[in-house]
Amino acid sequence: MEKYIIKTEQIDAWLKRIIESVPRVLAPVSSGTKTEFRRIKSPEEVNNKSLTTTVSAKAAAFPPVETLFKYQKDGKDTTLTEDSFDKYPETVLWHARSCDAMGFSPLSAIFDWDYKDNIYDERRNKLTIVTFACNQSDECCFCTSVGGGPGNVEGSDIQLTMLNATDTLVEVMTEKGQKLVALLPDIFQPLSEEVDKEAVLAKIPVQFTKEEIKEHVSNAFDSPVWKRQSARCLGCGACAFVCPTCACFDIQEDAHGNHGRRLRCWDACGFSLFTQHTSGYNPRPTQATRWRQRILHKFSYMPERLGVYGCTGCGRCSRACPVDMNLQEHLISIANSNHE
Amino acid sequence: MNKLQERATDLLKGGTVKLIIGFEQGNNKIRPFFCEKPEDAEKLIYSDDCSTNNAVYLTKKELIGDNKIAIIATYKEIASIIQLNKENQIKKENLMVLTVDKDGDVTELTSFEEMEKFCEENTPAPDPVVAALIEKIDKMNREERWAYWKSELDKCIRCYACRAACPLCYCNRCISEVNCPQWLDPWKSTLSNIEWQINRVMHMSGRCTGCGACAKACPLDLPIGILTKKMSTDIKEMLGEGEGGNVLSTFNPNDKENFIH
Repeated sequence: MEKYIIKTEQIDAWLKRIIESVPRVLAPVSSGTKTEFRRIKSPEEVNNKSLTTTVSAKAAAFPPVETLFKYQKDGKDTTLTEDSFDKYPETVLWHARSCDAMGFSPLSAIFDWDYKDNIYDERRNKLTIVTFACNQSDECCFCTSVGGGPGNVEGSDIQLTMLNATDTLVEVMTEKGQKLVALLPDIFQPLSEEVDKEAVLAKIPVQFTKEEIKEHVSNAFDSPVWKRQSARCLGCGACAFVCPTCACFDIQEDAHGNHGRRLRCWDACGFSLFTQHTSGYNPRPTQATRWRQRILHKFSYMPERLGVYGCTGCGRCSRACPVDMNLQEHLISIANSNHE
Repeated sequence: MNKLQERATDLLKGGTVKLIIGFEQGNNKIRPFFCEKPEDAEKLIYSDDCSTNNAVYLTKKELIGDNKIAIIATYKEIASIIQLNKENQIKKENLMVLTVDKDGDVTELTSFEEMEKFCEENTPAPDPVVAALIEKIDKMNREERWAYWKSELDKCIRCYACRAACPLCYCNRCISEVNCPQWLDPWKSTLSNIEWQINRVMHMSGRCTGCGACAKACPLDLPIGILTKKMSTDIKEMLGEGEGGNVLSTFNPNDKENFIH
């Protein structure tokens, strides 16, 4: 890892150079009451004060809908065409948070679990992630309870930490990060003395550990806790769609007579249709069984099978939920109780 | 304990009802609460900040079963219950509707006449923000309007929170889930996002009570509530109050259009 100091006022000049050099730069942009990752053309568009976007950054590598292949029928012949990977642009994800960067590790674990998902991998490989360490948090944040933190560098290519009114610490973690620094090298001064990064980070108390949750939920399949917690859940897909690690998708056909596209689209385990069989039978017939699946997948099945947890503590699901299904609150309750 | 909590305790203790759907303090907001035990009654609260429309739970069989339940109702819930009843979705004998007045006194509304009267006397003032936005869009020409909705609904991620939060969106099989024929592309795209909202609003025409739960539920804060709101205003202006039901379920044999014959 290389560490530098940059004058905070020079960050925009560097971002401008990045925008000129990289085909696609995504950054938090505000519109109305909400802030989302959007393609930017100038540094002025970025909302530097944004804590988190409503929807996570996962769309940069796993878009809400994407074409797997196209087909064309011509008499007895059918031609399949895959999209060229050249279409996926080199992308810089600017002003992401530690919880955004951490989210790509569980996503990669899922997409490369058995079959290597070339489409996801290609998009992910073309992604360079620049995170800004958090000096503020809100009541939905719980990254420190699931192994992350406001200054965690896992998954980041570069992390910036505002140390004071004038100076920003730059931690360059990877070669991809070095390439961005090389775009305007003169503004980066090598770190001459150690700085206290921790001191400027948001203080987010640890409420539980992810291992604790795993231990509790792994034996709680038949616990009444799921029904109790999910009673008010409306069964929409908001939590899954804003989540940085939810990777469930549906395969759809965009058919037009003798030609069409096969698509991969975001799906959500909270929908009753998610597990509905053609026969009409549904193995997860109630919201309680669907809520249980959500929690067990993230905190039991994923660590057991993939060695990674499916939650970064970003709190997006809690902010998005129309009925205050607050994940942190539910996990604290799970950690503190003995579910028979 | 306040009067609401006392009443709730009595109802649960005496076994009059199995469940009370009300409100509790959540994380910086008031949220729906399912009270099943008398000792939990003290969590029940009631204030002007009770903003979800809990009538949405009344059509969820897995939650209420065939039990007798009570609902702590604001104007929103009551207006929805009246409409749900018109659509034969309510078993009145299994439902106790309780309201709380400004002094904290609890009153049971025992008949739909009482509920209608309650709604007449407690109609909330129109939301000035909603009214201003509708006025703004009314003044736009067709191209401006198209651009506005394209830009807003392009953001939609198709989480269907608008559908899930609406007490009147109770279809077991939503049009968005039917694939033979495929009425709507089920993936996120600007056009199919618009189609989804058009379908939602059409199905709500003459039924929507204007509670705004759809808009409040939207994680992206899209102005979708004004679509149903505007539709209900237009329906009232064009077709009247719809005494016998709603515009999609009534017809007049003397209709000047002949497709009905």
